[in-house]
Amino acid sequence: MVTTIALHLHIPEPVSRPGTEADFSWVEVPAAGSVRRPEPTAADEDTRDLPYTLIRVLDEDGRAQGPWTPRLTGDQLHQGLRAMMLTRVFDDRLFRAHRQGKTSFYMKSTGEEAIGAAPSLALDPHDMCFPTYRVLSWLMARGYPLENLVNQIFSNAKDPLKGRQLPVLYSARDYGFYSLSGNVGSRFGHAVGWSMASAYRGDTRIALGYIGEGSTAEGDFHEALTFASVYRAPVILCVTNNQWAISSYAGIAGAEATTFAARAVAYGIPGLRVDGNDFLAVWAAIEWAAARARGNCGPTLIELFTYRAAGHSTSDDPTRYRPADEAARWPLGDPIERLKTHLVARGDWDDERHAALARTLDEEVRTAVRQGEAVGTLGKSKPPAREMFEGVFASPDWRVLEQLRESGL
Amino acid sequence: MPTMNMVQALNAALDCKLAQDADCLIFGEDVGYFGGVFRVTEGLQARHGRKRCFDAPISEGGIIATAIGMGAFGLRPVVEIQFADYILPAFDQLVSEAARLRYRSNGEFWAPITVRSPYGGGIFGGQTHSQSPEAIFAHVTGLKTVIPSNPFDAKGLLIAAIEDDDPVIFLEPKRLYNGPFDGRHDRPAASWADHAAAEVPDGRYVVPLGSAAVVREGEAATVLAYGTMVHVALAGIADSGIDAELIDLRSIVPLDIETIVDSVGKTGRCVIVHEASRFGGFGGELSALVQERCFYHLEAPIERVAGYDIPYPHAFEWDYFPGPRRVAAALARVMEGG
Repeated sequence: MVTTIALHLHIPEPVSRPGTEADFSWVEVPAAGSVRRPEPTAADEDTRDLPYTLIRVLDEDGRAQGPWTPRLTGDQLHQGLRAMMLTRVFDDRLFRAHRQGKTSFYMKSTGEEAIGAAPSLALDPHDMCFPTYRVLSWLMARGYPLENLVNQIFSNAKDPLKGRQLPVLYSARDYGFYSLSGNVGSRFGHAVGWSMASAYRGDTRIALGYIGEGSTAEGDFHEALTFASVYRAPVILCVTNNQWAISSYAGIAGAEATTFAARAVAYGIPGLRVDGNDFLAVWAAIEWAAARARGNCGPTLIELFTYRAAGHSTSDDPTRYRPADEAARWPLGDPIERLKTHLVARGDWDDERHAALARTLDEEVRTAVRQGEAVGTLGKSKPPAREMFEGVFASPDWRVLEQLRESGL
Repeated sequence: MPTMNMVQALNAALDCKLAQDADCLIFGEDVGYFGGVFRVTEGLQARHGRKRCFDAPISEGGIIATAIGMGAFGLRPVVEIQFADYILPAFDQLVSEAARLRYRSNGEFWAPITVRSPYGGGIFGGQTHSQSPEAIFAHVTGLKTVIPSNPFDAKGLLIAAIEDDDPVIFLEPKRLYNGPFDGRHDRPAASWADHAAAEVPDGRYVVPLGSAAVVREGEAATVLAYGTMVHVALAGIADSGIDAELIDLRSIVPLDIETIVDSVGKTGRCVIVHEASRFGGFGGELSALVQERCFYHLEAPIERVAGYDIPYPHAFEWDYFPGPRRVAAALARVMEGG
C-alpha cells in the first residue's frame, strides 16, 4: 500500500536569532590531539574519516597535543602572533577611519586572523595565495608595507592600485597575494590553474586558494575541485567556514547536511576539517597538504572552521540577524588569545611583553595611518584622473584614447 | 496617498503580489530574515511566512535555474541578484534557458520569472558594485528588461513584471533607492519626499511594460534616458537652457518605439544618455533605430552620452559618471547641426 502525503518545502533556519541566546551546542569539539594524522603521502581512502572530525592541537591550557603538533620555533610562533595582532589593530583603526569618512568601505578579519597568518608563514615565499577579502593576516605575516594598505584604503595619490579598486581588494604579487575582486569565489579555479601551470613547467611552486563557506555554492567551487582532482593539481583549497555569509548562516550553504571538508570525498581527494582559531592546527594542516602537493600526490581540501566575529563589512549590522553574544560564546575561542596562552605555557611570553607588543603595533598602525592622511583620505587626494583610462588593454585602443581627449582630463 | 522612497515602493509591490498570489514567492541572497542588503524585502518573511521569502545559497546560476524550474511547474518566482555585477554566473541560465524555453518547447514550458537586481553607480561601489549591464540582456531575444526611475513607476512596473508570463530582468537604479539623484554629487542628497512620483497608491496597479513616459515636453531636441539618467538628463536640460523633450524609456525591451519616433519626428534632434559604457551599449541600438525611422527628420547627427569604455573606477566615480555637464554639452552639439 502506498501512502500519499503532501510534500513539504524545507527552508533551513539557524538555531538562534536576535533576542535569543547564542546556542553552539551543535558544535562538536573533539579533544586537542585526538585526531590521527596519516602520512601526507597516504592514499585518499586512508583519509576518509578526517572530513568529519576537527583537527585541534592547542588544548584549554595552551599546550600543544597530539600527532598534528607542528615543530615550530619560537621565532615562527612570535611572527604568527605579531601578524595576527597587527591585523586586529589595523582592522580596528581602519574600521574607525571609515566611520570618520576617510574611506568608502572596510572589511575586518576579526576572529579569523590565524587562517591567513599560519599559511602565509608555513608556505614558501614563491608559492601563490588566491585570497578572499578576509585574509589580511597573510600580508601582515609577510611584512607588506602598512602604508600601501592605508593608501589603497584611502584611494589616494599613492594608492598602489591607482584608485581603481574598492578598498581592501588588494593585489600584491611580490607577497604571493593574487588580485582580489568583489565577486566571490571566482578565483578558486585560478589557484588550480596556477598550480597546474607550475606542474606543466616542472616548477616546484604550489598554490593555495581560499573561498568562503557561502561561496562553495557557486559553480566556481565545484569546477575548481573537478579540475584539481582530474589533473592532480598541486594546490591547497581552503574553505573558510566562518558560519556567516552576510546574513545567511552556513546552513544556507549546505552545512545542515554535512561538513564542507566532506565535499572532498566525492572528488576523491583528502578533506581535512580544522579548528581555524588554532594557529598550530592550521599550520599543521597546511604543512600536510603542502607536502602532499609538493610530492605530486595532488590537491587537498581544507575546511577552516572559524567564526566571523565582526560584521560582513562597514555596510553590515550583524545584530539584525544573529544574537549579539554569539562571538563571545564561540566555543573555539579567539585565535590571538589561544596562541598567546600557548607561548606563555611554553615559558616564552608573558602579559607584560604582550602589552608592550600591542603598544608597538598600535604605534606602527598610527604612523601608517598618519602617513596616509598626510597624502590624503578618500576624495582629498587621488592619483591623476587621466590614469583611469590606462591599463584596460596592454596598449590602449582608439576608443579609450578618444574618450580621454573628450573627457578633458 | 502614501509617499514612498523607491525601496518602500518595491517592497509594497512584492507585498501586494505575495498577498494576492499564492504562487508568487521570493528568494535570493540575504532576502529572507534579514530583508535584503538594500532592505527591499524587509518584513516580507515575517508577514508572509518563511517559504514565501527565503535566503538562497550564494549561487546566482543556481538561483536562476531554480526559479526557471519553479516557473515551469507553474509558480511565479521573484528572485533577487544582490548586485547586477553578480548576475554573470547566471548568464547561461538566462540566455540559453529562460529566454528560449517557450520557443524551443513550442509553448509547452515557459519561465514566468522576475529577476530583480540593483544596478548602476554613484555609491562608491567600485568596479563590482556599480555596473550597468542592461545592453547584454537587451541583446538576448526572449528576455524583457525593465528599469524604473521613480517610486510610482517602480511599484507599477514590478507588478507588471511579476504578472508577465515571460522572463523579466528588473534593474533597480540603486542610487535612486533613497532619493532622486541628478548627478550633482557635490550637493546635499535629495529625498523622494518632495517628488511627485513618490506618491504611491495602495494596492495593485500596473505601469505596462513597453510604455515610455514623456517626463518633460519640449520642441528643440529629444533626450532618451532611463533609470538614474532620467534625473541627470533633466538637470542637463535645465543647465543647457535648451527646450528639450525628455523621454524615460522605463523598459528597453519591450521598447516604446512609437513615443521615440513621434518625439524625434517633432524635434529632429536626438541625444541618448546612459550610464553604461558606450561601445556596444544600448545607445547604439537606439541610435540605429532613430536613424532608420527618423532619418529624414534629423537635423543633426545623433549624440550619445555614456560611461567611458573602462571598468568603473572607484576613486574616479565622478570623472566617470556621465553627469549633467556632459548632457548639456551634447545638447549644445545637436543644436549646432542643421
